[in-house]
Amino acid sequence: MPLHIDSTILQSRLFLGTATYPSPEILRQSIEAAQPGLLTVSLRRENAAGKGQKFWDIIKSFNIPVLPNTAGCYGVDEAVTTAEMAREVFESNWIKLEVLGDDYTLQPNPFALLDATEKLIAKGFKVFPYMTDDLVLAQRLAEAGCDILMPWGAPIGSGRGLNNPYALKILRERFPDKTLVVDAGIGAPSHAAAAMEMGYDAILLNTAVAKAGDPVQMARAFAQSIDAGRKAYRSGIIAPQETGTPSTPLIDKPFWHQEQ
Amino acid sequence: MKITINGQEKTCAAQLDIAALLETEGYAGKLVAVALNGTFIPKSRHKETILNEGSAIEILAPMQGG
Repeated sequence: MPLHIDSTILQSRLFLGTATYPSPEILRQSIEAAQPGLLTVSLRRENAAGKGQKFWDIIKSFNIPVLPNTAGCYGVDEAVTTAEMAREVFESNWIKLEVLGDDYTLQPNPFALLDATEKLIAKGFKVFPYMTDDLVLAQRLAEAGCDILMPWGAPIGSGRGLNNPYALKILRERFPDKTLVVDAGIGAPSHAAAAMEMGYDAILLNTAVAKAGDPVQMARAFAQSIDAGRKAYRSGIIAPQETGTPSTPLIDKPFWHQEQ
Repeated sequence: MKITINGQEKTCAAQLDIAALLETEGYAGKLVAVALNGTFIPKSRHKETILNEGSAIEILAPMQGG
């Protein structure tokens, strides 16, 4: 079943970032290859030459829902103002809320994130909070009205994968009805598949594709791994056991019980 | 009077409103959002919002993001 967010049906569980590709053309080809369910975008200072307008023309041509972010914000007021500006420009009340707290790890500031989330929900936004994998923070964000939670796998752009699979598993168990997305830190398709096998609803990634040797092939690889991980989760993965169990039936095996 | 646009100091006419500023600076018809002194000013209020000496304006447009 496809993923729904409100009344929007998303065509894929891969949410793809649009930054740091080698060229606009590689970005376009990567989107084409990935067929993502969502594209993340941002707002930056515009110049009179209109560089932002050209980028927007590429994104619009795909007719894929966009998720604006507040990337790089460290303060609550700054994040709220950026979200309000994004709502006008992108004509969407969806916002990926990023409020950072540490410039070494780019770790989200949980206190400012919660504060900004409450303010934005009061203003009618649908907040997609970029958060750490802290369970109590997740509870507070859920109480504030978030239907979607986006814990990090690892620091943004690090490619480390899932730093704390235990915490991610606990979030899935404790929030069976929320839409859970691993956002950030993914490096390889196997990382994305592992999160999907845990029952995550989607994966948001950017650098792993944009900075790959061949972004277009990598975009395709991620689309396939996320699809595979989802199918595996839905199919019921067997429980690991300590001992071997033969997969080939032993009955009527040649030379069965022909001991001397 | 002096104002700043996206961090750069500029000189503009007194009593200029945001809509007129966007026109003068070449942003007319472009997809942008505006903040004045850190507060978002929706498009519907561009004409009625008058700039003052020292006003700090941010003009933002769609950009690549992760």
